Amino acid sequence: MTAVLELRNATKSFPGVKALDSVSMHIEPNEIVGLIGENGAGKSTLLKVLTGIYQLDEGQVLVNGREQKLRSPRDAFDHGVAMVFQEQSVISTLSVAENIFLGREGEFLVAGLINKAAMNRAARTELAKVRLDIDPATRCAHLSFAQRQMVEIAKALSLDTRIDGDIVILLDEPTSVLEKREVELLFDIVRELKARAAIVFISHRLDEVIDVADRIYVMRDGAVVQEVPASTADVHDLHEHMVGRQLHHEYYRENRQRSELGEVALSVKNLSSKGHFSDISFELQEGEILGIAGVVGSGREDLARCLAGLAPPDSGEVKAAGKVANLTSPRRAVDAGFGFIPSERKVEGLVAPLSVTENMTLPAPHEFTRRGLIRFAHETEVAKRWIDRLRIRTPSPRTPTQSLSGGNQQKVVLSKWRIAGSRIAILDHPTRGVDVGAKEDVYEMVRDMAEDGIAVVLLGDTLEEVIGLSNRILVFKDGRISATFDAAVGSKPDQVDLIANMV
Amino acid sequence: MPARLDLKALAPVAVLVLLCLVIWAFSPNFVSINNLIRILNQAAIPMVLVMGATFVILMGSIDLSVEGILSLCAVVTAALVMNPVSADLASLSAPVAAMVDANIGFLAIPVAILAGGLLGFVNGVVHVRLKVPSFMATLGIGFACLGIATAALGGFPVRISDRAFRQITLGRELFNVPNGVWLALAAVFVAYVVQEWTRVGRWIYAVGTDEVTARQSGVPVERTRIIVFTLAGLFSGLAGVMAAAQLGQGHALLGQGRLFTTITAVVVGGTALTGGVGSVLNSVVGVLIVVVLTNGMVLMGVETYVQQGVQGLLIIIAVALALDRSQLDVVK
Repeated sequence: MTAVLELRNATKSFPGVKALDSVSMHIEPNEIVGLIGENGAGKSTLLKVLTGIYQLDEGQVLVNGREQKLRSPRDAFDHGVAMVFQEQSVISTLSVAENIFLGREGEFLVAGLINKAAMNRAARTELAKVRLDIDPATRCAHLSFAQRQMVEIAKALSLDTRIDGDIVILLDEPTSVLEKREVELLFDIVRELKARAAIVFISHRLDEVIDVADRIYVMRDGAVVQEVPASTADVHDLHEHMVGRQLHHEYYRENRQRSELGEVALSVKNLSSKGHFSDISFELQEGEILGIAGVVGSGREDLARCLAGLAPPDSGEVKAAGKVANLTSPRRAVDAGFGFIPSERKVEGLVAPLSVTENMTLPAPHEFTRRGLIRFAHETEVAKRWIDRLRIRTPSPRTPTQSLSGGNQQKVVLSKWRIAGSRIAILDHPTRGVDVGAKEDVYEMVRDMAEDGIAVVLLGDTLEEVIGLSNRILVFKDGRISATFDAAVGSKPDQVDLIANMV
Repeated sequence: MPARLDLKALAPVAVLVLLCLVIWAFSPNFVSINNLIRILNQAAIPMVLVMGATFVILMGSIDLSVEGILSLCAVVTAALVMNPVSADLASLSAPVAAMVDANIGFLAIPVAILAGGLLGFVNGVVHVRLKVPSFMATLGIGFACLGIATAALGGFPVRISDRAFRQITLGRELFNVPNGVWLALAAVFVAYVVQEWTRVGRWIYAVGTDEVTARQSGVPVERTRIIVFTLAGLFSGLAGVMAAAQLGQGHALLGQGRLFTTITAVVVGGTALTGGVGSVLNSVVGVLIVVVLTNGMVLMGVETYVQQGVQGLLIIIAVALALDRSQLDVVK
């Protein structure tokens, strides 16, 4: 039997990183293939190759046994490879039918005009395949999240009568935002769809993957490290392959982890934000690093944004250094001593065209002005001090930040908050998109902060990172703290323990 | 009921009705046949202009070249039909003199409209290929058009002496309603068909709502943009022909004040400046609101400058009411 979709020695590099390293995999007709891996393991790059967004440097993509160069998502679609995106991609102002056939209205044209009745009829046929009983003329803005996802799947399925050969549907984390009942419905439909299509199911909920898939690929560091039939797969075993290497104590500077901590710097009581998290309480001491673990949608990102003043809480109390902190705006959060290092560094952490100095002094303008005018010499002097201290590689303090490497940019963000006098640092994925060498610099900086008595809340990019750096770890699940682990050097919790409380 | 007309879209209709009632209460003359025809007549040219502008705005772009293209097309129209050849002809450059000298009668209509389309096409190409933001591209092209219209005629108007030609807007063959109004209705019909039943119409909404998704679905985003700006140019060209026939002349200042009315009407009608939401039917209502308001103020004897002030407030109120501010973090 010919594989519907096959990758042979697929390799794709980006500056400084090999995102796919000679990956080979095949998807057979009427098969559900699970694909798992940590963030940065290469899953997204793989999907982008399969949907024509990226082109391979080396290796081949074969569709129905023939080599194809997929040039765009549309090209991939026309070859029978359809992706259901994690961040949904239906167009809310168009109707269900219009979305299903967007860009392919040609078959309904009569004398240049669209035959709406015929299009709606055809849409009904596709909707029936996903058991969605709605009027195809309904605008997508009126649909629930789960319904929209079904519309996307219906769009993918509309291919099966329109192309030769089998179709492949790539489902990228389809369950991450669904309710339990909706997940079960989705699984029922996915199993039904097996009769019509091959399916690639990407998720980091290992139990789900084992439940729904026939065969599982595990990816790590851009390569496939394991391939097992789901019937013999086991959560612990998969997870070990997913994470791979053992903890490196040195890598995370565990020798610098403080055991003596200072005063209570942050105290959070019954903090709730409707639909995001509820009843969160914890304390954080000066010099302590508190890791927060949880899957996407567990509420930990929302908590970080709340503490940064970006999304005010509905109820509960936050005290910083003993005083009640008003978190209704980023400015107020900064005044209360919070510094936020966001995951979207380029969007939220830096004003990229401004110089290193200007970025560093952005939150604390008063200190650098006299009678409303900027004190350039003083500003530059402070910036130079931090450039030396954090070993920021920049040609000069007045170089635009956008010309620095990712790691150095991150150092600028960190020094910005040090200059502003933040006592509580919220680190939201501080090493995302940073290359390996610079990661260690970031870890070094986190330890420096703790040494200077700054309290750190850390949302790590990987569990390994959270465990390695933290003094204590909170595990989030469905918007609540499901477990708390002490992570003193020598008695760090195991990743499996954390995962057990995450899913 | 058309799929895109929902309750929120009916709010502008309510505003229009309310406005009419208020004006009627203050000046009973408002509902006289003559005044209603006057309103329709005043609405005719703006109606044609907003059809193109609505498509552009639905796509999340903006077309600021309306006045320039309208004026230039009016000049082309006036030059190509019968006009009193003045002594100045010698002072004009040879090709312009030849155009003014020529008289191609009603053929001037398609020529001027196509000229508008061509200018719109240039808008689109500059915007898409050179990646110049639409407001800058169209502002530049619009100014260039005004400059050409002024320079070509040395700043003087060309009068139209062909009485038959002027009937295309002034004539009242049907129900005593000026032909210009019927032309405007035809433009609305064409625009509505494009919006509801053609692929481009569909793609306009897709691009205006979510360009990335539209592109991934295979919508030819660049082509859509160029087509839409070309369409807008065609409508501006038609408006230019109508303006020339209505006023009996063509000159560079003929379009003055049209841009503001056009954008106000689109926005007041309920089409969002952010793209994706709205309809040409909304803009029909928007034009009526703007024209009725002006008419009412004239009837009530409000001073011209105060009228302008009221229009300025109107557009700000409309945008402020329409925006869902909770969803906006950054306003530029």
